[in-house]
Amino acid sequence: MKEKDLQVIIATDCGSTTTKAILIEKKGDTYRQTFRGEAPTTVEAPFEDVTKGVLNAITEVEELSGRKILDGEKIITPNSGNTGADIYVSTSSAGGGLQMMVAGAVKTMTGESAQRCALGAGAIVMDVLASNDGRADHEKIERIRQLRPDMILLSGGTDGGTVTHVVELGQFIKAADPKPRLGASYKLPVIYAGNKDAREKITEILGEGTALMKTDNLRPILERENLMPARHKIHDIFLEHVMQQAPGYPRLMNMVHAPIMPTPMAVGLMVEKFAKAKNYNVLAVDIGGATTDVFSVFSGVFNRTVSANLGMSYSISNVMAEAGLPNIMRWLSFDMDEQDLRNRLKNKMIRPTTVPQTVEDLQIEHAVAREALRLAFDQHKMLAVGLKGVQQERSISDAFEQTATGQSLIRMMDLNYIIGSGGILAHSPRRIQSAILMTDAYQPEGITMLAVDSIFMMPHLGVLAQISEKASLDVFYHDCLVKLGACIAPRGLAKEGQNIMEWEITEESGSASGGKQSGVLKFGELIHIPFKAKGKISAKPVKGFDMGHGNGIKIEGEIEGGVAGIILDGRGRPFEPPKMHSKRIADLNKWSKSVEMYPV
Amino acid sequence: MAHAYTPGLKAIPCTVLRKKRMLPIPGKVLAESGKQIDALDVVAQTELPGKVYPVNVANRLGISPDEIRGYMVKRELDKVKKLETIAENKPFISWFKTKIESPVAGTVESVSELTGQVLLREPPKILPLKAYIKGRIAEVHPNFGVTIETEGTFIQGIFGIGGETNGEIAAAVESPDEELVAEDIKELHKGKIVIGGKHASLNTIKRAIEIGVHAIVVGGIHDRDLRQILGYDIGVAVTGTEQIGLTLVVTEGFGMIPMAEYTFRLLKSREGEKASVSGATQIRAGVMRPEIIVPGYPKNVTQCKKDEGRGWIEPGDPVRIIREPHFGVIGTVASLPPELTKIPSESRVRVLEVTLPGGEKLVIPRANIEVLEK
Repeated sequence: MKEKDLQVIIATDCGSTTTKAILIEKKGDTYRQTFRGEAPTTVEAPFEDVTKGVLNAITEVEELSGRKILDGEKIITPNSGNTGADIYVSTSSAGGGLQMMVAGAVKTMTGESAQRCALGAGAIVMDVLASNDGRADHEKIERIRQLRPDMILLSGGTDGGTVTHVVELGQFIKAADPKPRLGASYKLPVIYAGNKDAREKITEILGEGTALMKTDNLRPILERENLMPARHKIHDIFLEHVMQQAPGYPRLMNMVHAPIMPTPMAVGLMVEKFAKAKNYNVLAVDIGGATTDVFSVFSGVFNRTVSANLGMSYSISNVMAEAGLPNIMRWLSFDMDEQDLRNRLKNKMIRPTTVPQTVEDLQIEHAVAREALRLAFDQHKMLAVGLKGVQQERSISDAFEQTATGQSLIRMMDLNYIIGSGGILAHSPRRIQSAILMTDAYQPEGITMLAVDSIFMMPHLGVLAQISEKASLDVFYHDCLVKLGACIAPRGLAKEGQNIMEWEITEESGSASGGKQSGVLKFGELIHIPFKAKGKISAKPVKGFDMGHGNGIKIEGEIEGGVAGIILDGRGRPFEPPKMHSKRIADLNKWSKSVEMYPV
Repeated sequence: MAHAYTPGLKAIPCTVLRKKRMLPIPGKVLAESGKQIDALDVVAQTELPGKVYPVNVANRLGISPDEIRGYMVKRELDKVKKLETIAENKPFISWFKTKIESPVAGTVESVSELTGQVLLREPPKILPLKAYIKGRIAEVHPNFGVTIETEGTFIQGIFGIGGETNGEIAAAVESPDEELVAEDIKELHKGKIVIGGKHASLNTIKRAIEIGVHAIVVGGIHDRDLRQILGYDIGVAVTGTEQIGLTLVVTEGFGMIPMAEYTFRLLKSREGEKASVSGATQIRAGVMRPEIIVPGYPKNVTQCKKDEGRGWIEPGDPVRIIREPHFGVIGTVASLPPELTKIPSESRVRVLEVTLPGGEKLVIPRANIEVLEK
């Protein structure tokens, strides 16, 4: 079917607990998401067939929309009147998603490139093995034996570079004889994407015991990564081997009209499409119950990381373990006994589907969410870096300002957009809560637009983009993205109460109020302006503060509001809640009140 | 909508249970279909391949990898003892002789002329798989294991640590709201499954380990104590491999929470009988909860039914509230209003009305209750 003929699209995302279906229909010249349905995922016993959950979710869409989509267990195609759909697409992260182990010769060079490659393909990286990873050789072999990945990505050496280290890694994999997670009687898929000179030796070593596939070197020279061939190979193996072993997936693969994608890969694709279409630097996060995925596009470079044990239910206790209780308590605007907090978080871990009933309980979850978002972002910043080991030519002027290779690509002042998704951000009772959580965790600088994915639709739209970019972007702008509003935050530090910026915001002419608002932002202040329209901003920071054009330099530009309004954040950058207990409680209450974050 | 899907923890006086007992890798099944077996019988076993130890012989002898075979004393597939010479150089003066000794006993697996590495493998280890529960072999899974069927009492906890164990049930407290204190643990509890009430402290658990208690089943523990016992914070609830000296099963949650009276009475009714207990917990898709299984019919029970798990909740069902501000409170479902209701946190969720034993009614999010499955 040609792209222009698409009128009705059905899409599903099979998550580990819920399968979500959405219906997209062309209204005039624009595609809109019209109905949604969901049902428990049926990968586990007693069903052990993912298509049952898919059919249940689609049945709910049928009931709500009045459109007959299913004929028994088949999707009716093409659409005709009030029956059928033109295409069906799906993503999947059920059954633990795609789990990989990667290996490279040098940890910070080919090891890191292999990690970026696997993450970009939507995988959870269980471990990064490298010749210099600090573990004794027998420990590496033991680790490979213990893990049961879906596949291994073996890289190492630039073309013409080291052979010995790569071959040694191959020998370790052979000696460990790892078994795949699904289908114990199958050979484990291994992708070789390292030094081309070692291909023959690797085939000798791993050709028999594993399902070995070879592709182009993912780091042919130190100065360049070539991740796409290996990423495509990962996706092929995901479809041919991993999915074939998962309960019901062979049937699901027969139902879809485009290859099934791992959920994070589809989300990443959507983030990339959005960043490219708008020429923005974008940060997107999906905070789930077990894991937190972070995606970024800076200057056109895409990166994804997954923090496998940072989440709001199954992994809530791990957030406490990694962040430490004091870091969670620093966001609480009331006194709380440490033992009580510990027990509450553990009780959420063992009963992960419960919801906060009281405001106090909600605030505790928000405190944990800030830390989970922060920690996952820290991990992202460590991987979203320039290539390490690259030789740099320096001029005399550079000698005074030498920078190492492998600098983080994430520059908060250059960030245009933050998109949050996952229950705690998408379904917070007040939208301002999501805006403040992201502001506190990420500390955006200058002017940054905040948004949330209304019902976690990005996976569906990412996989749809393979067939129709227009349909996926139409729905993304109109139905998926809920604009919260801009955060305006000058970078710098001062004494509390000191004037740090004069500001003026004018609504674009023709808007309902068409008004102008202005004022002076003081250090330590958080100002909330209800503002849903587009407009212009002029902001003049004082000396010592920067809005993106330099120390004390005025900026003028476009600004956009949203359902939460505009936040003027005068708490300084870098921001940390006060250390002194009483001051911290007073400030948190003051800020919460100024933005009306919680009911009084 | 008249009912809602809310799975709960099971506490069933008598049910038909089937347990799949499988080896992690193929091996030999020792039990025969239809045979009666005891909990401690071995039903299958396999050989786990030994650990691999690489030795970079070329580096240590200062030779290039392609010369390695000329220096090897042992060849591929040769058996070696610990500290036995596997390679050596041949200097003119014997004083300069360097011998490379094997760090382990095992077999020479490979010698690489490209990397100069020699891989040594330890002998395989026998892995026996015990039945864990007393019952009948209902099915044999060739090369992997068996399914055992038994009839008896089945109780699930909410969280546990430690692996599978067995022992006689012994109640150390009189009521479910009594705290299990260190003094309650006596010498006679050695090798037994001790039933407590609302809480077991760090001292109690330490005392039980000292005495040699096999398992403690209790309403609640404090997270702080758990950290002390394990030496680390549990991040994700995937447990069962901890080796602290006993198995711990928590039936209600973290804090001081009386054990559900029904669970306590059921356990007490099987006092003196042999039980199988596992602390293994996995809280993620495909959830696994800790369990207590007592094979055989309880007194006054003449028929065991297959557990089919109803999977929904109706007015009149007994429920436990599992989140603040009423955590641990038990009541019965009064009604299930279908519309979304705004709760104090301002979220709009589906709720139910719960009647407490005193007659008071509470409105609780449906996600925050657990049906008591009997």
